[in-house]
Amino acid sequence: MIEMKGVYKTYPNGVTALNGIDVHIDQGEFVYVVGPSGAGKSTFTKLMFREEKATKGSVKVNDYNLSTIKERHVPYMRRHVGVVYQDFRLLPRLTVYENVAFALEVIEESPNQIRRRVMDVLDQVRLKNKARFIPDELSGGEQQRVSIARAIVNHPKLLIADEPTGNLDPDTSWEIMHILEEINASGTTVLMATHSQEIVNTIRRRVIAIEDGQIARDEARGEYGYEI
Amino acid sequence: MKFRTLGRHTREGGKSVWRNGWMTVSAVGAVTTTLLLVGVFLALMLNLNEIAGNIEDDVEVKVLVELTADEEQVSALENELESIPEVGDLSYSSKEEELDELIDSLGDQGKAFELFEQSNPLNDAFIIEPNDPVEALAIADQAESMDQVEEVDFGEEIVQRLFQFNEYARYIGLGLIVGLVFTAIFLISNTIKITIIARKKEIGIMKLVGATNAFIRWPFFVEGLLLGVLGSIIPIAAVLSGYYYLYYNLQDRIQFDFIQLLPFYPFAFQLAGLILAIGAFIGVWGSVMSVRKFLRV
Repeated sequence: MIEMKGVYKTYPNGVTALNGIDVHIDQGEFVYVVGPSGAGKSTFTKLMFREEKATKGSVKVNDYNLSTIKERHVPYMRRHVGVVYQDFRLLPRLTVYENVAFALEVIEESPNQIRRRVMDVLDQVRLKNKARFIPDELSGGEQQRVSIARAIVNHPKLLIADEPTGNLDPDTSWEIMHILEEINASGTTVLMATHSQEIVNTIRRRVIAIEDGQIARDEARGEYGYEI
Repeated sequence: MKFRTLGRHTREGGKSVWRNGWMTVSAVGAVTTTLLLVGVFLALMLNLNEIAGNIEDDVEVKVLVELTADEEQVSALENELESIPEVGDLSYSSKEEELDELIDSLGDQGKAFELFEQSNPLNDAFIIEPNDPVEALAIADQAESMDQVEEVDFGEEIVQRLFQFNEYARYIGLGLIVGLVFTAIFLISNTIKITIIARKKEIGIMKLVGATNAFIRWPFFVEGLLLGVLGSIIPIAAVLSGYYYLYYNLQDRIQFDFIQLLPFYPFAFQLAGLILAIGAFIGVWGSVMSVRKFLRV
């Protein structure tokens, strides 16, 4: 499902973010990626959908070899990967419905399909009644649910969440975590970079700790393991 | 691409044209100015070309045979002329034919010359049509040195000057057009850059959810095309009405029958089509330039 072998990443400015990563993640796993700021978490997740390219080593995701993939195949690879960010990245002028539908429009889905799937997925994140609102009229938690809806509307095999609760208060964070758990339960692999000790230590899942560009820890039902 | 998608791209491109406000006005203005000049210049140049062409077609070298030449010498000269490689068509015109032609060409006044039918003062002549009008001079040179040739005549001055003028006009005009076209392309690509910056977030999301590069590019392509086409509206109107006026008012006042303006239909419409095509080209090229640089796709 995800397989990294001997992966190095050095940015053009000379900063080395990843320093020899070997990892294997099966379909359907829920994985936390933890570690200090600047340790390489973000780079690690960005390699999974070809936002960044490994300098050395091989990255395989969903049968795509991202180290050799042709530029014109990248968009098709990304249709099997959903991404959620800390800052939501919604289009402010579009309604909730339109924001989610946008993800299907740009891959040229039929209008019927779009209508059906957007309503399904808004139901799933419990936002059906706010479909006509614009992002500014929603709370932070609701906005993050919209961005999750957009990420999964295409039924990706892998959902990457880069600190999805980073901007949210604790109650709202739990709400988001429950939704991510549900998505994982339906068979989607979830990879979540986080700084939340509380979440990692409560909902026990596989933990990959990255320090100085290397995997410092990889435990099946791990703990957060850092002092706050 | 699906039809529905094409509709989406067109809507998006159109929206951008509207949203960019004054930048759109300036880009369209640049295209308009460019195309106006291109249109006027093309109308002028194509007409000059036509006139020059008409004259070129009429270029012939007339070799006047000495009055004293006998039949044998005339046929020797004919052979000699025929052996000049540049000669296209060679015909013989006796002095009686020459006189008839002279009388015909002068109309009523020609009647005065009918007196000369008794004692014709003209020469027999060979009339040569060169393969290429430019070679008239070379043929004349060679013919002049032959025996039994009294004079060679081909309106050299006019022909030479016309060729030269036409050449200069072509180069200056082309240089001007190319410069203007590049200015317009530059302005369009700047306008589209603004659109791209304004939509950077949107483009980021599009890439994230797997939109193809072609899909991302299309609206900008449409926007460029629209800017180019909008810019060609005024020039087309101006060229059509301007040429209509010129053609129907000026044509009658031109005395020389070798100066003929190209007919309004179809010339003005061909010119309008050409202006539209150049406008579209400027717009599309401008958009392609800025998109390539900005999207890194």
